[in-house]
Amino acid sequence: MYSHLRRDSISDVIVAESLEKRFDDVVAVDRIDFAVREGEIFGFLGPNGAGKTTTMKMIQCVSPKTAGTLRVFGMDVSTRPRQIKQHLGVVPQENNLDPDFTAYQNLTIYARYFGIPRKTAEERAEELLDFMQLREKSDVLIDKLSGGMKRRLIIARALVNDPELLILDEPTIGLDPQARHLIWEKLKEIQAQGNTQVMTTHYLDEAARLCDRLVIMDHGKILVEGSPGSLISEYAGTDIVEADSTPQVMACLDAIGASYDAVGDVVQVFTGRPHDVVRALMESCSHEKVLARPATLEDVFLKLTGRTLRE
Amino acid sequence: MVDLGLSRITGSALYVWRRNWDAFIKTYRVNFIPPFVEPLLYLLALGYGLGAFVEAIDGIPYPQYIAPALVSISVMYSAFFECTYSSFVRMYYQKTFDAIIAAPLSIEDVIAGEILWGATRGTIYATLMLPVLIAFGVVDLPTSFLLIPFALPAGLLFACIGMCFTAITPGIDALNYPSFLFITPMFLFSGTFFPLDILPEQVQYFAIAFLPLTHVVNVNRAITLTAFSPFVLFSLVWIGVVTVIFFVIALRLMRRRLIV
Repeated sequence: MYSHLRRDSISDVIVAESLEKRFDDVVAVDRIDFAVREGEIFGFLGPNGAGKTTTMKMIQCVSPKTAGTLRVFGMDVSTRPRQIKQHLGVVPQENNLDPDFTAYQNLTIYARYFGIPRKTAEERAEELLDFMQLREKSDVLIDKLSGGMKRRLIIARALVNDPELLILDEPTIGLDPQARHLIWEKLKEIQAQGNTQVMTTHYLDEAARLCDRLVIMDHGKILVEGSPGSLISEYAGTDIVEADSTPQVMACLDAIGASYDAVGDVVQVFTGRPHDVVRALMESCSHEKVLARPATLEDVFLKLTGRTLRE
Repeated sequence: MVDLGLSRITGSALYVWRRNWDAFIKTYRVNFIPPFVEPLLYLLALGYGLGAFVEAIDGIPYPQYIAPALVSISVMYSAFFECTYSSFVRMYYQKTFDAIIAAPLSIEDVIAGEILWGATRGTIYATLMLPVLIAFGVVDLPTSFLLIPFALPAGLLFACIGMCFTAITPGIDALNYPSFLFITPMFLFSGTFFPLDILPEQVQYFAIAFLPLTHVVNVNRAITLTAFSPFVLFSLVWIGVVTVIFFVIALRLMRRRLIV
């Protein structure tokens, strides 16, 4: 699709090596390495302040890196920001649609920033309003749109230049389930057309559903990298059994030699044989509140980044 | 070579200008009122009301004396306020600058476009005022048509100065400081409604050295009275030099504020 751009490797759209970002004395991104392959959806997960958004902004060429290398489409972000941005679509965390204009005008005016001719921009705006199911909101001012509509419009705006790479910073933040599902569906459709996507999200179900590969960051460093499935099986096992955190339950678990974590008033057993654990608990402790469930990305996330609240 | 940020300005700055033009046109009815009403009120109240008690200044009837000042003030207000309060709203509340720099534009493109727009707005206001002044017969013709092209550099001057304040202000309320402590005194003490030479000598020198409006009024008065002197040339040079200085400072301060 973008053979006219010089590339390091045909399969890597973004390559970061020892990428670092400092704000005065604070290290926001601490010499991280990652590579995003063409056509995949790549996720950045992590608690607040982990360095996700800062990394996104460096990829977008709007925040200069402190050290290391960062290449997008094979081009250095510090020397060729315009060429890179020409092929980027950005969905920022904070809605920054232009409130002086209607939904339709937001798209055509944004297209102009890319030097897209008016006629092409108008056709593109129509297509995108249809695609994001905003047709009937075409002439509505931004203030009159619901949160979900604004988010859909901002995705439409990010697509106005037909980007090779989409950068999504918490694309479904604050949306109801219907709006989230619609956006997920659309992002998958866009991916199917050959688009590469990089996203941050706090919704781990969203990451598990959308991301081909992801990293979990904390304190500016990448803790782990892999597909959601491989990370779950590696760090959380296949299943989790939960029961009330009582001395009897703990005694039972000790008796069968299962290792467990006490989390608040619940004990969690990370296990590959949930039936055995549940049976042992039911039989020996005759306990009522026993729950067996598949391990999720959330379990991996909390295990790796801890349960301490972040600001 | 020192990096002044000028190399990061491209023709894309015009897209930013165009965005503001589009927004202005959408609300043109409101926007077109001040340039018609303001000169009318000032001319009637000051020019003819107060002017009835004022002798001719240097042989010039009072309405004729203040007419070029009214244009100068209007250019100052429209360009300065556009690049302070309005630019601040776009930058801080609407996050419009953030949205634009995600496209292939630099922050310098955005600031240059904003400043050019501020100056354009001043020029539009000067253009709209001119028919009113002509109708009252208080400006010479055809020289007074020069008010229009000169409004652009005059507007650039105030737009650049305004943008510097926008770049350093902690919040929108703090923009009241330059408005009341800089713009309002200038409105009164720049040879607008009475000649500078009745003021103490030191104040005159201060006005000529540091008050941009003094030079804009000087040039505009030469235009409307068709009375050019070497002092006009000095004012033009002053305006040019100060505009360039504040333009470079505005670019630098905005980069420091927005690119982190």
